[in-house]
Amino acid sequence: MKILVPVKRVIDYNVKPRVKADGSGVDLANVKMSMNPFDEIAVEEALRIKEAGNAEEVIAVSVGPAKAAETLRTALAMGADRAILIETDETVEPLAVAKLLAKVAAEENPGLILLGKQAIDDDSNQTGQMLAALLGWGQATFANTVTVEAGSITVARDVDGGLQTVKLNTPAIVTTDLRLNEPRYASLPNIMKAKKKPLDTKTPGDYGVDITPRLTTLKVAEPPVRSAGIKVADVDALVEKLKVLGVGA
Amino acid sequence: MALDPDIFDALLDGVRRFVSERLRPLEAQVSETDEIPDDLVQDMRELGLFGLSIGEEFGGLGLNMEEEVRIAFELGRTSPAMRSTFGTNVGIGSQGLVMDGNDAQKAKYLPAIASGEIITSFALTEPDVGSDSGAVKSRAELDGDAYVLNGSKRYITNADKADLFTVMARTGGPGPKGVSAFLVPRDLPGLSVGKPERKMGQQGAHVCDVTFDNVRVPAENRLGAEGDGFKVAMRVLDRGRLHISAVCVGAAERLIADSVAYAKERQQFGKPIAEFQMIQAMIADSVAEAKAAKALVLQTARAKDRGERITEDCACAKLIASEMVGRVADRAVQIFGGAGYIADYGIERFYRDVRLFRIYEGTSEIQRTIIAREALRNEG
Ligand SMILES: Cc1cc2nc3c(=O)[nH]c(=O)nc-3n(C[C@H](O)[C@H](O)[C@H](O)COP(=O)(O)OP(=O)(O)OC[C@H]3O[C@@H](n4cnc5c(N)ncnc54)[C@H](O)[C@@H]3O)c2cc1C
Repeated sequence: MKILVPVKRVIDYNVKPRVKADGSGVDLANVKMSMNPFDEIAVEEALRIKEAGNAEEVIAVSVGPAKAAETLRTALAMGADRAILIETDETVEPLAVAKLLAKVAAEENPGLILLGKQAIDDDSNQTGQMLAALLGWGQATFANTVTVEAGSITVARDVDGGLQTVKLNTPAIVTTDLRLNEPRYASLPNIMKAKKKPLDTKTPGDYGVDITPRLTTLKVAEPPVRSAGIKVADVDALVEKLKVLGVGA
Repeated sequence: MALDPDIFDALLDGVRRFVSERLRPLEAQVSETDEIPDDLVQDMRELGLFGLSIGEEFGGLGLNMEEEVRIAFELGRTSPAMRSTFGTNVGIGSQGLVMDGNDAQKAKYLPAIASGEIITSFALTEPDVGSDSGAVKSRAELDGDAYVLNGSKRYITNADKADLFTVMARTGGPGPKGVSAFLVPRDLPGLSVGKPERKMGQQGAHVCDVTFDNVRVPAENRLGAEGDGFKVAMRVLDRGRLHISAVCVGAAERLIADSVAYAKERQQFGKPIAEFQMIQAMIADSVAEAKAAKALVLQTARAKDRGERITEDCACAKLIASEMVGRVADRAVQIFGGAGYIADYGIERFYRDVRLFRIYEGTSEIQRTIIAREALRNEG
């Protein structure tokens, strides 16, 4: 089977984001960008499935600006076989991405689409679910372990208070959680070889998908700064304070 | 040939990430145990660090000098002992073979050096021969199809792990022109390696004596022509000095980053010490000196890539960069105050580690000697 792994270029997880002065979004000028960490886990898992002999090809796909090719090169350096860039400078919302991925899936016929559960920039946590709905495939979100068998995939999901195990018929959608695996470092020779692997560039228009945003961002703000606490002398004073604040019994 | 900038940026990013996520967290442990853990060495192999300077046809990356120093800037940002693990394979241990080896020698050894399967060492220094390295006393006498090697070498980096030594030994009369270079496999009878020395810093990287007692080295293992050994060694050291200079710059950048972070955090007299002009002056001096050294290293690396003669420039870079990082480390200890002297903060460790850079691959005095010799010959 083929595995399709969508990867997103996002602000690097080590960077402290700064909000633009006009509150319209996060300032990305001259900021280090990397592959969304959950997507890295998805690439790693796809490679492990392939290395175990349960898949023949791993295809990375990204929707985004021309620079997203670098993110695809990272996936290729890790070991993906080829890549597809759907290039656009527009804002693409999860629904638009899911529609584009559904079209790619129709062309490629993967047995499994492995996505990050969310991207660390907008934290939407929607694309995998929307894609499952559009394709009418079974889905297992927040994967903690993935086991591939003939015609089915068993996934232990990270849920509140433990793991829930589900079995899906293929083709299926799986979204990755943090504990699924620890992604490999792309070796330096493989980074160099990645340049020679195939990377197709398409546009949303090629797939006939309208990516016009359906949502409007009203305002982006820095998280409120936590104000300093106060010290109280003893338990009585504490109880007194809590009563004043309306949290005491 | 230079790499595509996109690819090189990705390489640099890969190294940067490995340094910050994999190497830096282990600095204290490596220093404490005086060992680089096996699984870490394996990760370095898998990343490809042993092959930075070896051609792609042998499984390395074939970086040019500018690319190599830019990678070395990143590697400098962690304990120098980490880099030392693969440092000899990238530099002094392999470059004699890369520059002067014949096709058969290269085909036999370079792939395993590039992959890190074998470790290499460079053996020039002897108990009585240090700065005056043209005076090597170890002797190699041709006897049929082999040279019989006798003598001993001192302070040989990675000797305890090395599988292959580049050894400089005398085949002719006195002086540099009587020296030849040899590729000496460790398993030849008569070769023994002493116990690692206890040192001031760079724990995790080891140096040992290597002794040759009638070691029969196949004649085909001679590197270059008879009498070319000192020239081979000096060309290897030109390149090595530039690489070390880049590591000095990286170490200085790390120390500056740590100093700035600490100065902004640490409060005295009701404000961060970073607000005191005397602290700011130390930071400013360190930044300015590090940038100057970096510019010199990059300029020299580019000159080397253009094929220019760079002996004087490499000596200048080594002198300026190694002395610079000494001052930067000293200021870092000062900015940290008492904490700078306490092991847990890691600053005193760096202070000890970088002291070596003014000594090996030619002391600062020897760099000045080289610079003056070149200047007196070529200028005025
Ligand atoms: C940790 C470590 C790792 C090393 N690794 C290697 C290795 O892998 N391979 C290898 O071959 N060697 C290695 N060395 C050896 C190193 O290169 C020498 O120690 C160095 O070149 C200095 O030689 P020396 O120790 O004999 O000092 P000496 O030459 O005895 O120098 C003593 C002092 O005299 C000064 N001096 C000497 N001659 C002159 C002069 N003409 N003018 C002015 N001052 C002078 C020196 O600068 C120094 O200050 C290593 C050393 C150390 C400490």
